[in-house]
Amino acid sequence: MWAYLHKLASPQGFYALSVRLSPWCWGLALTLMVVGTIWGLGFAPADYQQGNSFRIIYVHVPAALLAQSIYVTMAVAGLVFLVWRIKLADMAATAMAPLGAAMTFLALFSGAVWGVPTWGTWWQWDARLTSMLLLLFLYFGVLALRGALGGRQSAARAASVLTLVGVINIPIIQYSVEWWYTLHQPATFSVTSRPAMPSDMWLPLLVMVLGFYCLFLAVTLTRTRHEILRREASRRWVRALTGEGS
Amino acid sequence: MSRPERDGAAGPTPARALRGMMRRDLLLLSRHPGAWLNPLAFFALVITLFPIGISPSASLLSDLAPGLLWVAALLATLLSLDGLFRDDAEDGSLEQLLLSPQPLPLLILGRVAIHWASTGLPLALMAPLLGVMLSLPAESYLLLMVALALGSATLGLIGAIGAALTIGVARGGIILPLLVLPLYVPVLIFGSGALQAAIGGGNAAPHLAVLGALLALALMLAPWATAAALRISLNG
Repeated sequence: MWAYLHKLASPQGFYALSVRLSPWCWGLALTLMVVGTIWGLGFAPADYQQGNSFRIIYVHVPAALLAQSIYVTMAVAGLVFLVWRIKLADMAATAMAPLGAAMTFLALFSGAVWGVPTWGTWWQWDARLTSMLLLLFLYFGVLALRGALGGRQSAARAASVLTLVGVINIPIIQYSVEWWYTLHQPATFSVTSRPAMPSDMWLPLLVMVLGFYCLFLAVTLTRTRHEILRREASRRWVRALTGEGS
Repeated sequence: MSRPERDGAAGPTPARALRGMMRRDLLLLSRHPGAWLNPLAFFALVITLFPIGISPSASLLSDLAPGLLWVAALLATLLSLDGLFRDDAEDGSLEQLLLSPQPLPLLILGRVAIHWASTGLPLALMAPLLGVMLSLPAESYLLLMVALALGSATLGLIGAIGAALTIGVARGGIILPLLVLPLYVPVLIFGSGALQAAIGGGNAAPHLAVLGALLALALMLAPWATAAALRISLNG
C-alpha cells in the first residue's frame, strides 16, 4: 500500500498513471457536460418565475462550486507539499491555479449575465458575488506571487504558505461579507431561498456539476503532466520519453 | 553552517533579545522619521483628495467618512509594510535574526508591535483631525480611534506575512497589495461598520468585539506564518 502510494507520489509514477487516466477523464467530462447542457438547456422545464433565464444555473453553479473546491484543493496540496515535501503536490497546485481563477471568473460573469433579467442590473453588491470577487483576487495573489518569484525554489513554498493563509481567511471573509450585506442591503431578491427545485430541474444540474468536476480532474492531470515535463526536463526518464539524448 | 553552540548561561533570554530588538527598531525609527511620518502624510493627503474629487458637501462627506477613513488607513498601512523586513534583508541582519537561537515568532511579534506603535497608533490618533475635515459627528471620535487602533494591529500582523513572502521579489511593493488587500476585507467591514453603527444610533460594541476577535486570531497565527515565510524567502 505504502509502496504503491510512494510510487504514485513520484513524478515518474504519476506521469504513467496520468497518461492512462486522463483520456477517460476527458471523455467522461465531455460526455457529462454535453448531456447536461442538452438536458438542461433543451429539456428541463422553464422556471415559473424566471422563465428561461434560470438555465444559466447550469453553468453558474458548477463554476462557483469548482471555484471554491479548487482553492481548497490547492491549499491541501500546499499543506502536503510543506509537510512532506512532495514535489508532485506543488506541481498539481501550480497546474490547477489558473483553472480555479478561470472558474471564479466564469461564475462571476455568468452571475452578472443572470443579474440582468432577474435584478435588472449587471452588477449587484450581493454577498455571494462580492465574496466571489474577493476569491478571484486571492487567486490573482497566488498567481502573481508565483509569477514574481519565477522558477526559484522558494516560489513553490511561498505560494503554498499564501494559499494556506488564504484558505484560513476565506470563511472569515465570507462571513464578514454576509454580515456587511445584511447590514446594508434590504433583502431584495434572494436566489438562495428559492423553492426547492423539482427533480427534472436539478438532475441536469447534478450531471453538469459532475461533468465540471471531471473536467477539473482531467485538466489537472494533463497540466500536471506538462508541469512534470517542464520541471524534470533534465531527468533521464524525461529525456528518454521525449527522444532526446541516448 | 550550523548554529553556534551556546552554553546556557551565555545566551540572552528571549525576553532580553526581544527588548534589545525593539530598542533597536525604535532607535532606527527615531533616526529615520520618514518611515513613520510618510504614511501619516499619505493618510492625510488621500483624505484631502476625496472632498476634492467627490463634493465638498458636508452631509455627503459625513455619510462617506467611515469608509473613506478606513480605506485610507488601510492604504497607509500597506505603504509602510514594504519596509518591515526589506531593509534588514538587504543589510543581512535578517539572516542573523533567523540564525539566532531565539524564537523567531516572538521577535516578529516585537517588530510588528513597534511597527504598529509607529504607524497604526499615530494613524488612530490623527484620524479625529481628518474626521473633522470630513464632518464626522463629534461623538464618534473616540470610537474611531479605538477601532482604528484595534484594526490596524490586525492589519500589521496580516501584512507582515505578505511582506515576508515578497522580500525576494525585486519590486515587492507592487504585488504586496494584491496579496494582502483581500485579507484586509473583514477588518475594513467591521471597522467602518462600528463607525456607521455609532453614527446611525446603533450599538458599536459587537463590531469592536469582532475586531478584537480578529486581532486575537491574527496574534495567534500570523507570527508563525510570518516566521515560516521569512525562512522560505531567505533560504530559497
